[in-house]
Amino acid sequence: MSELDKHWLLRKENIRKLWIGFIVILALTVIAGLFVHQHESFGIEDSFGFFAWYGFITCVGMVVFAKLLGIFLKRPENYYDDESSTSLNKSGAEHD
Amino acid sequence: MTELLFPPGLLLVIGALFMPLGIKIRNALIFALPVLCLYFIWSAPVNYIVTLPFLGFELEPIKITTTGQLFATIFSLMALVGGIYAYKQASTLELAAAFAYAGSAVGVTLAGDLITLFIFWEVMAIGSTLVIWSARHDGAYRASMRYLMVHLFGGLLLMIGIAGHVVQTGSISFEPLALDSIAQYLILAGFLVNAGAPPLSAWIADAYPEASPSGSVFLSAFTTKTAVFTLLIAFPGAWILIPVGIYMIFYGIIYALLENDMRRILAYSIVNQVGFMVTGIGLGTEMALNGAAAHAFAHIIYKALLLMSAGAVLYQTGKRRCTDLGGLFQTMPWTALLGIIGALAISSFPFTSGFVTKSMIAQSAADQHLIIVWFALAAASAGVFLHAGIKFPWFVFFQKDSGMRPPEAPRNMLVAMAVFAILCVGIGVYPKPLYAILPFTVSYKPYTAAHLVAQFQLLLFAGLAFFVMLPMMKRTLTISLDFDWFYRKFLFAGGRIGLNIMEAFNRITQSGAKQSGQAFLSAFNASRLSRYHLAASWPTGSMVLWIGVILGGYLIIDVYF
Repeated sequence: MSELDKHWLLRKENIRKLWIGFIVILALTVIAGLFVHQHESFGIEDSFGFFAWYGFITCVGMVVFAKLLGIFLKRPENYYDDESSTSLNKSGAEHD
Repeated sequence: MTELLFPPGLLLVIGALFMPLGIKIRNALIFALPVLCLYFIWSAPVNYIVTLPFLGFELEPIKITTTGQLFATIFSLMALVGGIYAYKQASTLELAAAFAYAGSAVGVTLAGDLITLFIFWEVMAIGSTLVIWSARHDGAYRASMRYLMVHLFGGLLLMIGIAGHVVQTGSISFEPLALDSIAQYLILAGFLVNAGAPPLSAWIADAYPEASPSGSVFLSAFTTKTAVFTLLIAFPGAWILIPVGIYMIFYGIIYALLENDMRRILAYSIVNQVGFMVTGIGLGTEMALNGAAAHAFAHIIYKALLLMSAGAVLYQTGKRRCTDLGGLFQTMPWTALLGIIGALAISSFPFTSGFVTKSMIAQSAADQHLIIVWFALAAASAGVFLHAGIKFPWFVFFQKDSGMRPPEAPRNMLVAMAVFAILCVGIGVYPKPLYAILPFTVSYKPYTAAHLVAQFQLLLFAGLAFFVMLPMMKRTLTISLDFDWFYRKFLFAGGRIGLNIMEAFNRITQSGAKQSGQAFLSAFNASRLSRYHLAASWPTGSMVLWIGVILGGYLIIDVYF
């Protein structure tokens, strides 16, 4: 499919624009943080851009943790199927 | 005002029994029953009680409380809007089961005593099992049996707990219970099983996604939120609920991140959201309890909305895996838009319902200086956006182009989704009416500049993390092991070994019995005894007849002499 046939949201140049817009908004929220006072009474929550870096780092942490846990927990989709049906789609069991 | 004598929940349960009489009757009931139920819930004043003597106890089949009214209202509303979503596509069995299920959930919320509560609790288990069943495929049937097993086990814990509690205290009243002895802990455990607490959290993601598109919408609303209601009434401020709730929050996030099935992602996020409520109940302050109750109310709406949107996709494409989906926004724009509104609400985006409800829980953790709890809740709020708020719409409606061009969802589905989407935004923009029906007076102000900035930073940077980490989030054709491994594989393997041993034993004894039986028969036939009449007419029937006569004789002698 050529670029022009695609939905406008899927075109490369628009995805670039969306990213730029997103980064501008991110910057604005951090700047806005300079003008308000967080008062949860722990101290750290009022430091520069606290919620921004805290949200980002914890999310990255959760994704990485899930990925690591997945090594131990992930199984093929038909793991629980009966023996009769597992033998039928054995090829599907090799996916990851 | 009419006197309320009949439990409004029972109205739905009994009404559901008339649904199979015909499509027209069924459709009329779908609209009339929840509306009537809502009317009755609000027709009686708070603290209105109906008593009923039963086996030496004073049952209270109706006891109106503010918390009960709140939950009964959202349950009835859910039945109504769920009915609109389902009435053209779902089977009559599913609709009748869903209404009986909804009715028994309403019954629990208006129960004044533990016996009434327990009866409705069990009806709920049956109703919900039937809802899963009505999807009518093998996987659903097997999942429903596992589901029923877990809930009967939970019901058993609850029943033993109630019996012990009644013996100890002599009271069947459903009120705040002190965790004094094992009986109250068993009641707590019974409630927690239905909330999806560890270790038995897996049943939600196991069973709900096997139901029909509309079935999982109904299922998402009642069982877990009835458990939240009972915890709210019976165990406010029980500190044990704080770690349990926080575990549930992160369990939901991590498992949802690993998941590929779109409805299972949403099922894990039910555990996550109920975790917030359970934590709030554990915190136990008025604001935290208000937060838990309000969050349950908001949650039912946006979770149903999300599952409706996923259900519409499943209904139109027949696909449920993220790996098969993508790019659907092009031909299902309304389903995508309404689903995104639900996704924003679950993420507590400002101006949606989650923002004005969930924040009360975090605020009360801060007020109590529970620093670890507060940090955990803040991280979890970001995590909700990550695992449900972006992940669900992204993988289903955007992502890559799957090439599928399914038509837009049927109109009745869109109407139901639109109603709930309007409520998501409505509650978020104007929370006053919801705040007015919460258990305690609300003094909380959600819209402060500090709160808005904090929430925007938290969520938008969680969004940044999602897109930065996208290569690591690539979906795989896998499921994740959970506690259900123990009852699906471990016990099963153990059971199979046991079964083999029993079968071998059976074979040996059977052949032994057959041989000795044949030997006996031939010996008997050879003997003179076989010539007597009664023995000649060998059929078991005559033996049963004679035993019947003898027992009947005993009965007559016993009664009259």
